[in-house]
Amino acid sequence: MSTADWPLWEVFVRSRRGLSHTHAGSLHAPDATMALRNARDLYTRRSEGISVWVVPSAEITASSPDEKDSYFEPAADKPYRHPTFYEIPEGVRHL
Amino acid sequence: MTTMAPDAGTQDDVAYEAQFNAAVTAEERIEPRDWMPDAYRASLVRQIAQHAHSEIIGMQPEANWITRAPSLRRKAILMAKVQDEAGHGLYLYSAAETLGTSRDELLDRLHSGRQKYSSIFNYPTLTWADVGAIGWLVDGAAITNQVPLCRCSYGPYARAMVRICKEESFHQRQGYELLLALSQGTEAQHAMAQDAVNRWWWPSLMMFGPPDDESAHSAQSMAWRIKRHSNDELRQRFVDICVPQADSLGLTLPDPDLTWDEERGHYAFGPIDWDEFREVLRGNGPCNEQRINQRRTAHEEGAWVREAATAYATKQAERSRHGYRAPHDPQQGDTQEEDIA
Ligand SMILES: [Fe+2]
Ligand SMILES: [Fe+2]
Repeated sequence: MSTADWPLWEVFVRSRRGLSHTHAGSLHAPDATMALRNARDLYTRRSEGISVWVVPSAEITASSPDEKDSYFEPAADKPYRHPTFYEIPEGVRHL
Repeated sequence: MTTMAPDAGTQDDVAYEAQFNAAVTAEERIEPRDWMPDAYRASLVRQIAQHAHSEIIGMQPEANWITRAPSLRRKAILMAKVQDEAGHGLYLYSAAETLGTSRDELLDRLHSGRQKYSSIFNYPTLTWADVGAIGWLVDGAAITNQVPLCRCSYGPYARAMVRICKEESFHQRQGYELLLALSQGTEAQHAMAQDAVNRWWWPSLMMFGPPDDESAHSAQSMAWRIKRHSNDELRQRFVDICVPQADSLGLTLPDPDLTWDEERGHYAFGPIDWDEFREVLRGNGPCNEQRINQRRTAHEEGAWVREAATAYATKQAERSRHGYRAPHDPQQGDTQEEDIA
């Protein structure tokens, strides 16, 4: 591995307890330990996080933007999955 | 994430282009794996790379004063600011890489002069007051330029700009505060502050680029929603903001033609010396050579650190392949605890 091949890592930061990790950006590093340290210096200089994850970008499997319509379409014609689909008589409470 | 666009040629580019244009017009963001016109991609690489280079070259004129900061407070502030600029460079290089270029390629182009950085950083920082003038005027101009870029059509660039803009406001305020302290200080300190503002004012106005009728890339960039406002529009906005701020500083701006234009509702200002701008752009500014040499030297002298880190990573990977377990590193413990937290 030469410097030029340092893998790309995706950085996820949990900003505070109770929240999930959110994608913050990416960086290059030779290994996971360095990626973690660089992520701390790069993405949490102002206490933006209390926990950091780094994931090799190459390990992420993503859906294809080309088929975004057909891929997510099955959900589009199922409005009955939403509570607003149902009509409830006025005056019925706590429902 | 760095991924390539779908194979060109196998797809119907006309349909894709229509889809792309519709998305841009609808103010949707374009993401790395979406189809995009080659010219859009090239234009973004050029702009983001130039922007990234400016951030890291911009560290030099200010870093020049870190060891001579007048107090520990000022020194800590300046180090934090210069470190932020390094961070801005890294956010932007990552954004550029999502378009299919590599970090090494970009640095190579900077070092060989094939890609530019903002001309403003080719001026020297002669006194401590220059640190204040840079924060107030140079970071101020950068913010005026960058805030609209937070809504740029290319997602990764826009997201990087959001982070950067959040951090820039401290840069501008610390510069303003520094100048105010000098302006209200001794006569010599006041004069030093005024001199710095005199030297940085016009180059700051040049940061917005050539006038609209001479700006080569503007129209297309606006159509692609990369740019939102013209160079002259942003320059005017900046002047309008600065005049009252200079007043509060007790300093003047070095332009005898600066007057309030009642009719337009803007400040009118004198002509900009575009010959000077072109000279600096051509490489003949006071510090062009010094900046690029220092960048190359820093890169070459840092090579052993990169090589050591690479060698260490290779060795560790080698060992774990052969079943060797590294001794427990207490610093890594928090990754596990984190799951419970
Ligand atoms: Fe910056
Ligand atoms: Fe800045």
